[in-house]
Amino acid sequence: MNAALAKYAKVFAVGAQNTFVYRWNFVLRSVVGIVPLVGTIFLWRAIFDSGGGTLSGYTFSGLIMYFAMTVFVENLVTPTEDEWQIAGEIRDGKMSFLLLKPLNYIAYRFTLYASYRLLYTAVLLPGVALIFFFLRDHISLPVHAATWLWFGVSTALAAVIQFFIAYTIAMLAFWILEISTIVFIVFSIEYFLSGHAFPLDMLPPWLAGFVKWSPFPYELYFPVQVFTERIGGTALAQGIAIQACWAFAMWMLGVTLWRVGIRRYQAVGN
Amino acid sequence: MNRYLSIFALTARNSLIREMNFKLNFLLWMVVELLWFAGQLAFIEVLYGQVNEIAGWSKWQLVALVGVHQIIAQLFQAFFYLNIANLPELVRTGRLDLMLTLPMDAQFAVSTRQVSFDCIVNSFVGVGIVVFALAKLHIVPSITQLALFACAVPLGIAVHYAVMFGLSCISFWIIRAQSFIHGYFNLFHIGRYPEAVFRGVFRIIFTWLVPVILVSNVPAKILAHPFSSPWAGLAMLFTATLAVLAATRALWLFALRRYGSASS
Repeated sequence: MNAALAKYAKVFAVGAQNTFVYRWNFVLRSVVGIVPLVGTIFLWRAIFDSGGGTLSGYTFSGLIMYFAMTVFVENLVTPTEDEWQIAGEIRDGKMSFLLLKPLNYIAYRFTLYASYRLLYTAVLLPGVALIFFFLRDHISLPVHAATWLWFGVSTALAAVIQFFIAYTIAMLAFWILEISTIVFIVFSIEYFLSGHAFPLDMLPPWLAGFVKWSPFPYELYFPVQVFTERIGGTALAQGIAIQACWAFAMWMLGVTLWRVGIRRYQAVGN
Repeated sequence: MNRYLSIFALTARNSLIREMNFKLNFLLWMVVELLWFAGQLAFIEVLYGQVNEIAGWSKWQLVALVGVHQIIAQLFQAFFYLNIANLPELVRTGRLDLMLTLPMDAQFAVSTRQVSFDCIVNSFVGVGIVVFALAKLHIVPSITQLALFACAVPLGIAVHYAVMFGLSCISFWIIRAQSFIHGYFNLFHIGRYPEAVFRGVFRIIFTWLVPVILVSNVPAKILAHPFSSPWAGLAMLFTATLAVLAATRALWLFALRRYGSASS
């Protein structure tokens, strides 16, 4: 057990070092990443100017809080490179080298993912703190202490869902050469249905009722709703349950595709 | 000039042959863009479920703006996007050497290596949306409006080109500067919003320094928005385009001096 832990701790450290090599990439990315957020705030300012005090139950401050939290949770849980790297390892035959090691590939990849995300968030933290400071008039922290716990749980589950969606897509590289179209198709759906573009409670009720059962809101929208305490009681419990089901389902799908796919693996280039 | 045109025609022909070898991929890329575009229209639908107008723009005017953005962005992507996206790899591997030794301008050689025809098809979707939005607005554009629009579109493509190319030059300093692609998309993200929503320093920066706000707003206003004098907008766009192109050219020449020609 201890040996296994030490092994993956090493993987974690390697992942973190790898990430740190690209620190300038991060800085650049976070600086320009602020532009859409500011643009979004300007757009909603104009919308509130012509719409009045509250829209779909959001005040202007509430909406800014929503988008600020979205940026934070997204940085924390959305994989950026993982699916490309995994698909690359399959396509170029680099997988052989890893298969020979006493590592569980999924555990290896998940550890790398966790180390990327945590280091990325740590590097970006000063920037995120600065954004929150600028928006401080609109920021409100949770009232109930329990919210922090539920936010932690739902963010962790969101990370599991996000990782295994990326992992599942990458597994398709066992069958097809080029996965980028599929990555972008899923990404475009996620962009709108995970709540990145706008809060999902602004969707027409019939559509919102449908989207609620899909995995997408649980990748981003749901943890943010938990943190901003727009969701509570039975709705919270139900949400966590659906989220846990999706996390489990995506995990199983990823594992299954791995098992089937690895039989087809041809170790190209070895 | 003629030589450059014939070189470009050859490149385009080769690209078409290559794309036809991967027909399924070609179709899938179109699906990606269509989904993306449908999402944007759904976003507008959600916004106008809340209010009737945003900064003086009605729903169909905003649809026209997003359609215009689609036309310009897709035409840019058709001709330049992949080429610029590859620049960091050329710098990192030292394959830029080849481009530098060709008997033509190196910036031209780097920028026009292939054409993506799926994006040209997608730009027609944008045209369709703009026409539909204009019909909803009961606007029949005059010949003058169309002529001015036709002038504004290439200027917009030039701004897309200059901004992304300028960002890609960062790869001469930072190895594997893939994040510049996110930079490009993040910057032009705000180009789909009505210019009137922006204020203060932010507005000045993105009108004059990095003129992403003008790119789609000027042509969209020419067609779909009561615009007192289109000349003012066009003149602004023209000046800003020249400035940003010149800045990019200077940056490129400056960056080339740092080029270390890896592995050769």
